[in-house]
Amino acid sequence: MSLLDWFETRKKEVQSPVPQPQQQREIAEGLWTKCRGCGTLHYTKDWEINQQVCSSCGYHAMVGCRQRIEQLMDPDTWEPLDELVCSLDPLQFTDLRPYSERIRKSLQSTGLTDAVLTGVGRVLGKPLALAVMDFSFMGGSMGSVVGEKIARLTEIATQRSLPLAIFTASGGARMQEGVLSLMQMAKTSAALERHRSARQLYIAVLTHPTTGGVTASYAMLGDVTLAEPGAMIGFTGPRIIEQTLKQKLPEGFQTAEYLMEHGFVDMVVQRAKLPATLVRLLSLHGY
Amino acid sequence: MVEPILLEFEKPLAELEQRMDQIRIQAQADGVNVTDQLAQLEGQIIRLRVDLFERLSPYQRLQVARHPQRPSTLDYFQTVTDDWLELRGDRCFGDDLALVGGLARIGDFNVVILGHQKGRDTKDNIKRNFGMPQPEGYRKALRLMQHADRFGLPIISFIDTPGAYPGVQAEERGQGEALARNIREMFHLGVPILCTVIGEGGSGGALAIGVGNRVFMLENAVYSVIAPESCSSILWRDTKHAEEAANALKITARDLKRLGIVDDIIPEPVGGAHRSPIAMAHTLKQTLIHHLKELTSQSPEELRAQRYEKFRRMGAFLEAP
Repeated sequence: MSLLDWFETRKKEVQSPVPQPQQQREIAEGLWTKCRGCGTLHYTKDWEINQQVCSSCGYHAMVGCRQRIEQLMDPDTWEPLDELVCSLDPLQFTDLRPYSERIRKSLQSTGLTDAVLTGVGRVLGKPLALAVMDFSFMGGSMGSVVGEKIARLTEIATQRSLPLAIFTASGGARMQEGVLSLMQMAKTSAALERHRSARQLYIAVLTHPTTGGVTASYAMLGDVTLAEPGAMIGFTGPRIIEQTLKQKLPEGFQTAEYLMEHGFVDMVVQRAKLPATLVRLLSLHGY
Repeated sequence: MVEPILLEFEKPLAELEQRMDQIRIQAQADGVNVTDQLAQLEGQIIRLRVDLFERLSPYQRLQVARHPQRPSTLDYFQTVTDDWLELRGDRCFGDDLALVGGLARIGDFNVVILGHQKGRDTKDNIKRNFGMPQPEGYRKALRLMQHADRFGLPIISFIDTPGAYPGVQAEERGQGEALARNIREMFHLGVPILCTVIGEGGSGGALAIGVGNRVFMLENAVYSVIAPESCSSILWRDTKHAEEAANALKITARDLKRLGIVDDIIPEPVGGAHRSPIAMAHTLKQTLIHHLKELTSQSPEELRAQRYEKFRRMGAFLEAP
């Protein structure tokens, strides 16, 4: 859907003199990392210390969910939940390749069981229920596993009176699970409704990219909504809109900054400032 | 009555019917009595039609669901209710004609009704934006549903949309937020909610008025996470595999019943709802009244809990011990 489009346009935009590496860390066997925003080469160690943010242009590269949890949570406080929930292939779906094969490949290449990790831990001492999505697992698409894990986490947050944060990164609903994936939008929103009715705080943190069914459910349901700089956030992807309307899209359309201007994001927060911002929000709500 | 527009797969049957008419005219002209034979032939044609519609492929059903003469939400407002009054506007931005609603009486029940509205012809479709609401449409729906909640009125929604409108202004005004908020708030409402997919249940734009205590589908309606055409262009990387995508996505009423998404399939007249709209409306009305009777005795808490449990169970995954 939208994410593929985004990549296509992105690829065209970033005209680099060097052929694009498949992975971010390929040059000189991982010694150097090239920024996708401006092309600057960074010593990989610095790049990691900088949390994959370019020190020259401020470009925020995508982060895997494990790294994200490390970046956010206090060491040794993270208790993972529902680690053994895995995708089935309920529709026996096959497009160019069978869904079961796509799952297997993603399991192998990411070492994750699906596109989200959930758990509870502490940020600068404050307890928080946290879900972090990972775009590298089938484009962060939301199928039954993502829906179930987020619903369970939200229910636990409600039971334990914990604030909740969800870091989104997703191309939308997982088509290979058909209408079952659509219903995950309802399932997660249902759990969030109970959390909300119990007067607990939910902070949505939108990272690049957040689109489709995830945007039309928990991404847009935060009591407070944060976004990372430059993140592409929208319901329908830009290419589909362009195709439908046959018109040029406005400058900066569907970026985090654009959404803030239009009233759908409270703050655009640099990655390095996220833990401190979360903690301020928690403490300002009396947590 | 307007001649029904024929779908490709109905054409052989239609030819047979035409031939029968010719025989009848010829026989009359020649003064030959062929009544018995014709009756027999007619019976056969009906059986063939029943059989044909029984075995429609998902892609064929999609065509029936999108049939230009298929009864729309406003048609059902007219035929299913005993009285109804349209309410308009979202009180924020505007009035979206692709999503209509208001107050109504069905049998002994005062209700709020709402639904997506497609157009009948090109001009009407432009007015109705092909049944694809903008955020203000969904916000109008929410306003109406919250109105229902305040006055203890059950909510009846009719789903018939290709999806929420994909446009620049729709994005700027928060299409995603509008859908998400509706879905969440529908779980908060303390009145019975009955949702019926009457034609096309297109993704999030359908679900945003689709969180019900009961979810029904008309026999030839479809409900999908994505239009088979779009699915084809994303997963197959061209638009030629829409039929395969329609099969793979499991979009028919029977599939959704089996997957535990819909509670009941409401049978359609032979040949589809458009062949006999009044009969269709009658069946739909009976179903709605039956379930209204069941649900109106429940407390707001019971209704909320039931809706939660229903959607909480949806999905299929594996959990290693």
